[in-house]
Amino acid sequence: MPPKDSKITHAELVKKLDLQSRKSFIGDKFFKGLVIGASVYTLCMVALVFFALADGSVPIFMKEGINFVIGTDWNAVEGRESFGALPYIIGTLVSSTIAMAIAVPISIGIAIFITEMMKNKLGTILSFIVELLAAVPSIIYGLWGLFVFRFWIRDYIEEPLHNTLGDFSLFAQAPFGLDVFTAGIILAIMIIPIITAVSREVIKAIPHSQKEAAYALGATRWEMIKTAILPSSKTGLMGATFLGLGRAIGETMLVTLVIGNAIGLAAIPTSLFSQSQTLSSIIANEFNEASNDLHLSALIGLGLVLFVITIFINVAAIYIISKVSKSYSNLRE
Amino acid sequence: MNKLINYRILGISLLAVSLLVPVYVNSVHAQKVSINGAGATFPFPLIDTWRTEYQKVNPDVNLNYASIGSGGGIKQFTEKTVDFGASDAPLSETEFQKAGSAVHIPETLGSVVLAYNIPEVTTPLKLTGPVIADIFLGKITKWDDPKIKELNPDVTLPSENIVTVHRSDGSGTTYVFTDYLSKVSPEWNQTVGKGKSVQWPVGIGAPGNEGVAASIQGTPNTIGYVELAYALTTQMNFAAVQNQEGNFITPSVNSTMAAVSAETSTLPSGSESWSNVTITDPPGPDSYPISSFSYLLLYKDLSTNPTIDEQKAKAITEFVEWAVTDGQQFAESLGYVPLPQSVVDVNEATLKSLTFNGNPILTN
Repeated sequence: MPPKDSKITHAELVKKLDLQSRKSFIGDKFFKGLVIGASVYTLCMVALVFFALADGSVPIFMKEGINFVIGTDWNAVEGRESFGALPYIIGTLVSSTIAMAIAVPISIGIAIFITEMMKNKLGTILSFIVELLAAVPSIIYGLWGLFVFRFWIRDYIEEPLHNTLGDFSLFAQAPFGLDVFTAGIILAIMIIPIITAVSREVIKAIPHSQKEAAYALGATRWEMIKTAILPSSKTGLMGATFLGLGRAIGETMLVTLVIGNAIGLAAIPTSLFSQSQTLSSIIANEFNEASNDLHLSALIGLGLVLFVITIFINVAAIYIISKVSKSYSNLRE
Repeated sequence: MNKLINYRILGISLLAVSLLVPVYVNSVHAQKVSINGAGATFPFPLIDTWRTEYQKVNPDVNLNYASIGSGGGIKQFTEKTVDFGASDAPLSETEFQKAGSAVHIPETLGSVVLAYNIPEVTTPLKLTGPVIADIFLGKITKWDDPKIKELNPDVTLPSENIVTVHRSDGSGTTYVFTDYLSKVSPEWNQTVGKGKSVQWPVGIGAPGNEGVAASIQGTPNTIGYVELAYALTTQMNFAAVQNQEGNFITPSVNSTMAAVSAETSTLPSGSESWSNVTITDPPGPDSYPISSFSYLLLYKDLSTNPTIDEQKAKAITEFVEWAVTDGQQFAESLGYVPLPQSVVDVNEATLKSLTFNGNPILTN
């Protein structure tokens, strides 16, 4: 059927279209400018943060040099200033590793359970509850850890471990309840909702055809999860994991309340039940009362170290994800 | 169209009102003065009480106090963004030089007590300075160590490991405690020293008085240090500490006042450097050995801070004078130790020496 306004001439049509395209051209340009502006803003913020941190930590690197990164001494006493970040780097990595070791399997388990095994109302309620947990402020977890949970960990997990496996150096120290182990567990509790929420969306996005294909080949539910879900959601699950890791590494007040806040050489954990300190917790602890310039600069320097570690982890995450997704696409071809 | 005009009228009248309101407010409260202070968290409840009580004395003065920590207070005071600073430790020599002409005005007193949790022990423990230092150095590790037993012959002490708890955040309390340990233990002085945050060789770090108290109360065989006021309100067990004259003194308002009175004669005048002022380990038979001042900081010539005009300078000085005299009556009920008369006299002399553009502020 010919269009109703077939009387319109060719020239008129061209003119109309041109006008429209010019109009949309302006709109396009405006929108492009807007989104470029938004991304430039992000870049500017990161650059400014980096610049502020680098600028503030100049005095400490002038004094300590590389020793600031590999040194273990942390002395803010006037006249004896000496600052080394190594114990806090280790404390940060150890506490987040414990948190990840606990949180990742549990989160992915919850996500699979919600999406594949409980597609009914219960699953909806469960995912709602998980999202609710993600909204709990970390200070609440921290205070609960300090006043309630640490006693459970000490009496029901740490004491039995210490009494039975105390010969291993990992469990050798007499447990107190405020240590890297407790910090790791509570961090895990904090990041489980985040990893779960993202993982759930990732698994949900897998096309039904894949799962049905697996079932059609006679796969059991576990085999279907193993062959259809996990491989194709690997990239996304990895992303969810690194999102959780990012939160665990940067978490401050929660960690400060439960990690035991050792300082200097004593902050390098020698066992699971050692007191330690993370980069962000020592900044939170000491920044308020640091009136000495070098001390302030050292704390800003810790911020720089944390910034670099975070960038390093993100770059590593991108690299791993790209590698994993490549190997997966190779597998498919 | 009518609607549009209506909106215009509304807009114009709103504009007019918004322009007029400040004028009106200004004319009513022309004499109101706002005094802004920032600093230590320790005196905050007391200063906050002064804020409301001083309203009754002088309704035209508004006091704002931000308890951001002594370090922040000193910083803002030096950068002249607040009218007065407050600090638990005196300005160090470098801070004093940086600030220019600052005066210290002790506004209240605090004591640090050794709180412990040993379920078996009901009578108060007795400790000496060197023993406390050895415990926090990790040299005395068991509660039934001969050195502790010797001081407490009548107490059955458990053969359990001592867990020490200290403040993890930088704090004036830590400064006072380590200042005391540095005086009584040469080894502490050499290896750790004194400061708002020091490198603790052993023990658990917990943030704030609350954090330390929670760590001690929840776990047997622990010992830590907290503010006297905090220990009194939370009813923790705390130790009697031996003073210079060999007496074991239980921390209290009276034993803290005794300690301060014994040290008054050594105080410098308000405008000198106070960096070496400590009242830990004082003489006197009844003095509790671990106490300290908390200070308000002002400029000797208040015009040093360009945001202070003559009227404000007068208001600040009058408020501080009230705080160190009449304001002291609120101290004890809040768990603070009121200033003894001898210290009030030092403060009065300091306040009389304050000037604005070279002219004395207090005329009477």
